[in-house]
Amino acid sequence: MAAADELAFHEFEEATNLLAETPNVTTVSRSDQRPPEGHVAVAVDPGGSYGAEDEVESDKTALLQEQQQQPGFWTFSYYQSFFDVDTSQVLDRIKGSLLPRPGHSFVRHHLRNRPDLYGPFWICATLAFVLAITGNLTVVLAQRTDPSIHYSPQFHKVTVAGITIYCYAWLVPLALWAFLQWRKGVRERMGPYTFLETVCFYGYSLFIFIPTVVLWLIPVPWLQWLFGALALALSAAGLVFTLWPIVREDTRLVASVLLSAVVLLHALLAMGCKFYFFQPLPLEHMAPTHQNTPPHPHGVLTPTPPRPTTA
Amino acid sequence: MAEAAESPGDPRTTSPRPLMRDLKAVGKKFMHVLYPRKSNTLLRDWDLWGPLVLCVTLALMLQRGSADNENDGGPQFAEVFVIIWFGAVTITLNSKLLGGNISFFQSLCVLGYCILPLTVALLVCRLVLLAKPGPINFIVRLFVVIVMFAWSIVASTAFLADSQPPNRKALAIYPVFLFYFVISWMILTFAP
Repeated sequence: MAAADELAFHEFEEATNLLAETPNVTTVSRSDQRPPEGHVAVAVDPGGSYGAEDEVESDKTALLQEQQQQPGFWTFSYYQSFFDVDTSQVLDRIKGSLLPRPGHSFVRHHLRNRPDLYGPFWICATLAFVLAITGNLTVVLAQRTDPSIHYSPQFHKVTVAGITIYCYAWLVPLALWAFLQWRKGVRERMGPYTFLETVCFYGYSLFIFIPTVVLWLIPVPWLQWLFGALALALSAAGLVFTLWPIVREDTRLVASVLLSAVVLLHALLAMGCKFYFFQPLPLEHMAPTHQNTPPHPHGVLTPTPPRPTTA
Repeated sequence: MAEAAESPGDPRTTSPRPLMRDLKAVGKKFMHVLYPRKSNTLLRDWDLWGPLVLCVTLALMLQRGSADNENDGGPQFAEVFVIIWFGAVTITLNSKLLGGNISFFQSLCVLGYCILPLTVALLVCRLVLLAKPGPINFIVRLFVVIVMFAWSIVASTAFLADSQPPNRKALAIYPVFLFYFVISWMILTFAP
């Protein structure tokens, strides 16, 4: 019974493509079409373009014609459609984000018209907690070798990590999506991604930072920079390969500015996390521990010269 | 229900039976958490008293005695409270959005009651911390927290896993794992 339900849902997805182009037809039976995991574009769209899936509004109006009722954003089933994924699909999407390939857009290949919010939400939550926990662990490990370092649970860092990661994972895709919508007129062939797809691939692209942050526990500085650079390269490559089909029809200037802005923001996030949550240990060792220090959180990197009293 | 209809004004006939009944129900659910078997008791007669008591106990015990520099400290009472309740609500919403057929309050009830092993772990940790600090102290605490963490996960999985379709079980269980992991971390890093 579950299989039939899945097929029915896929039917709607392809129907939305058809309906967006020719609003007056009804959907056809799927019995003579390819299995749902095949490429949607080949079976459905002779023009070879994905213009049908441009706006969320057209998808929703197409569903309206199909279902005779619109799942409004105030209903629970509207949000349930964003969580309609299986374990295997989530794992497949994570694997796809870890190994970006040129020419394979994450959205086309792995999302295939079914973006989900489960992945982005829980990857961001995991990353926020892992950042705070491993950042705290580095202080613990440092204290083992040097008992003068004062250990504290630093619980406020969880809040900081959470807010930073979630703001990045939602506001940057929002800005990107808005910009791409604005530039939509320049493109002939390919419509931009929906907001949900943008959030989705940004969220999945953050996955690789989770093992990287855990590996940052190793207190060897050049190794930390190596892991960080590797993670940033893979993650940014995934973003660039996903955005490339969209921006390549735009002018070179806009394309290069957009892609470099995306990579730069990603790099800023990675470096910001590294500096805020993982202080280089030798400098921390020199941090003054007497009482009249300014009341800032312990371990913030302050490259001040050593005070005379600690000489 | 007949007990609730007793007249409240007469001190001789007003026996504390509703209270005892509720306490017994809470106690029975505690036993079900400690010895998890496939049973429906937690789900059928859900209540939120047990989770509330556990949450307040946990939050109170995680408070440190001294008024440290605000940025230096462990979680505040409000932070623990918010993490537990907000976390439980988020997990419940996630489970329902994935298509699970458990009700909102039943899920909150299960998640709240399954904090019991971790509360016991915190009690043990506080007792262990009275002894001399050192690596053995830490190893004992680590061992206790790990065992209780596993116990919490097993207990909550026994109740929650059946409500999800089989191809999404892992998606629904992972947030529970993360939730208890964060609580275990708060317990392990507690230092008076």
